[in-house]
Amino acid sequence: MAVKPNMQPNKTPVTEQEPLVRARNFKEVSMGYTEEEAINEASRCLNCKKPLCVTGCPVSVRIPEFIALVREGKFVEAYKIIKGTNSLPAVTGRVCPQERQCESKCVRGKNGEPVAIGRLERFCADYAMKHPELSEKNTAPTPNGHKVAIVGAGPSSLSCAGDLAKLGYKVTIFEAFHTAGGVLMYGIPEFRLPKAIVQQEIDGLKAMGVEIMTDMVIGKVLSIDEIMADGYEAVFVGSGAGLPRFMGIEGEALVGVYSANEYLTRINLMKAYLDEYDTPIRRAKRVAVVGGGNVAMDAARSAMRLGAEKVYIIYRRSMEEIPARREEVHHAQEEGIEFRLLNNPIRIVGDDDGNVTGIECIKMELGEPDESGRRSPVAVEGSEFMLDVDSVIMAIGTSPNPLIRSTTPGIEANKRGCLVVDESTNATTKDGVYAGGDAVTGAATVILAMGAGKKAAASIDEYIKSK
Amino acid sequence: MFKIIRRSQLNPTTVLMEIEAPYIAAKARAGQFIIYRVDEYGERVPLTIADHNTEKGTITIIFQAIGSSTHKLAQLSEGDSILDVVGPLGTATEYGDAKRVAVVGGGVGCAIAYPQAKQLFEAGVEVDVIAGFRSKDIIILEKEMEAVSNELHICTDDGSAGYHGFVTNKLKELIDSGKQYDLVIAIGPVPMMKFVCKTTEPYGIKTIVSLNPIMIDGTGMCGGCRVTVDGKIRYACVEGPDFDGHKVDFDELMRRNSTYKQHEHEHLCNLTGGVR
Repeated sequence: MAVKPNMQPNKTPVTEQEPLVRARNFKEVSMGYTEEEAINEASRCLNCKKPLCVTGCPVSVRIPEFIALVREGKFVEAYKIIKGTNSLPAVTGRVCPQERQCESKCVRGKNGEPVAIGRLERFCADYAMKHPELSEKNTAPTPNGHKVAIVGAGPSSLSCAGDLAKLGYKVTIFEAFHTAGGVLMYGIPEFRLPKAIVQQEIDGLKAMGVEIMTDMVIGKVLSIDEIMADGYEAVFVGSGAGLPRFMGIEGEALVGVYSANEYLTRINLMKAYLDEYDTPIRRAKRVAVVGGGNVAMDAARSAMRLGAEKVYIIYRRSMEEIPARREEVHHAQEEGIEFRLLNNPIRIVGDDDGNVTGIECIKMELGEPDESGRRSPVAVEGSEFMLDVDSVIMAIGTSPNPLIRSTTPGIEANKRGCLVVDESTNATTKDGVYAGGDAVTGAATVILAMGAGKKAAASIDEYIKSK
Repeated sequence: MFKIIRRSQLNPTTVLMEIEAPYIAAKARAGQFIIYRVDEYGERVPLTIADHNTEKGTITIIFQAIGSSTHKLAQLSEGDSILDVVGPLGTATEYGDAKRVAVVGGGVGCAIAYPQAKQLFEAGVEVDVIAGFRSKDIIILEKEMEAVSNELHICTDDGSAGYHGFVTNKLKELIDSGKQYDLVIAIGPVPMMKFVCKTTEPYGIKTIVSLNPIMIDGTGMCGGCRVTVDGKIRYACVEGPDFDGHKVDFDELMRRNSTYKQHEHEHLCNLTGGVR
């Protein structure tokens, strides 16, 4: 290829809503690339002979190939390349931690910024969605006569369902909520991942013949054994993470203390931020969010959008260790959220009516690295201080939901309650039952869940064919 | 969509609905609940299953139109459909090997006390039902409760029917008169359950309560329904709704249940045009 790459050292900027404007609305923060911007950014790709970026992608998107097509203005063709290995590009382009995956391997990153692979992926997906007439319609492939059931309708399940449907399987998804999408619907806010986009991806699966049964809590209304007795030859369990964790400190039952799951579900799934919806939410003025992951950022930024005057992120380690996607931290800072790093809550205090009035914290310093390799924080004696807040949101992770493991004989879970799977096939200890996503790994990323769903789909295909 | 095949008004504010929900009907057991969402804009609201008919594929719910979401539900008629009904959620009540049980219901809580009494009575257990209401005109399910109990004691706060006084007074009288209950099941408003537990505690009678905290998903995801039982956080949706009443922090539950009182009031005013 003789085309000279664009040696501009930094990523082509993307238009975003002004920080102080967007901090008060739920519209998407980033407007995405225009065609010109996308072509300009695509021309920064060196089209490496051994593309390291691909090795950084959990679903092995053929990155240089799609970027070369973007550069030529062949956006729909580029989209098809992505879609070949990634069933939800409009989603991953927005929510993947690219700086730790594909973009972390990009050669351009050694001298400047890496190619904005995530933004380009999003651009292609959005382009294809906006121009449905240009891409082939999703149609139901020729049925192969086999039935597979999927538990849960989050990212691992959607990716598993898409791959199986392509192979001609009759796929039925059982979803506990009234809406499919899992964390993409209840967890990640509209301003980061518009729900219409998720819905469009789900509608695409339906067009391929995937059946989605909502309001079905597996383990309660039907067991896995009953599903299999009903003629499903294999089951994929993508039931997601479960019970929110609390710190076990004083005051966590006060009025105004939320788990991030509850707070975000009220906002995203139940649309409590819109007047015409009935679900209530407290519109707190001063909010403390405890935790440093993407969920903590989402909760803090949502609190701001619900009208808070002051929002704190309380994280017990330093900025170096913060697990959230870099762009989310950056956006949160721009929107005026105050990061109280190396701080740890010790109790929540309330008034006589049981309403939250403050959170007492202690300062921390970093000690020796712990088993996760991160330096573990140690409390600084006598450094306690109080922050005045009227709401506290705990975003410190979840522990797996016991529903499937306690109602499925033969399925094993580890000490932490996560389902045990064979890493090469995602098969559980029960014949014909596969699992992936947070139900297996504990809280992780959308793309890892999708990778697991994809792997399980291939294993299920092999399993059924070999029967 | 879940079709309402029967609707009857039990008293001015309490409504019974029988709903087509074959999957739920096939699995439901006494003590379990459903979550409904009336329409696209509705809240997800938990309601205990009052009865179920596996052959017909129906479940029955009985509720009081007290907040905006229950008002919305009450406005539906026979033949209408509810957008979402999910269940059966929670664990079924475990009676152990109880031989003599007092089932105590308060107000609309009798709708849930009734299936408990029925299940026990049909299993040959000796059952006394103590059912409390504010006054005579809001008594519900009297005949039904009568049919599934050895003794039915209706209590009214104003003395307009049955025993004049609270269910706790009646319960204490019965215990003191020599009734040897080995289990008490209390279902009703939180203060009532609290005081039933206070009544039974000195006698050491095991007391099961059915809690009604704020809930969204009902499957162990949101944590909104957390209650403190025996000093530990427990999730009513998956570990309950039944708990050992002597270990429940009722005051905390009452506080948490009042989280959206202000919102609820405003919402209801919109729904009823300011009339209440």
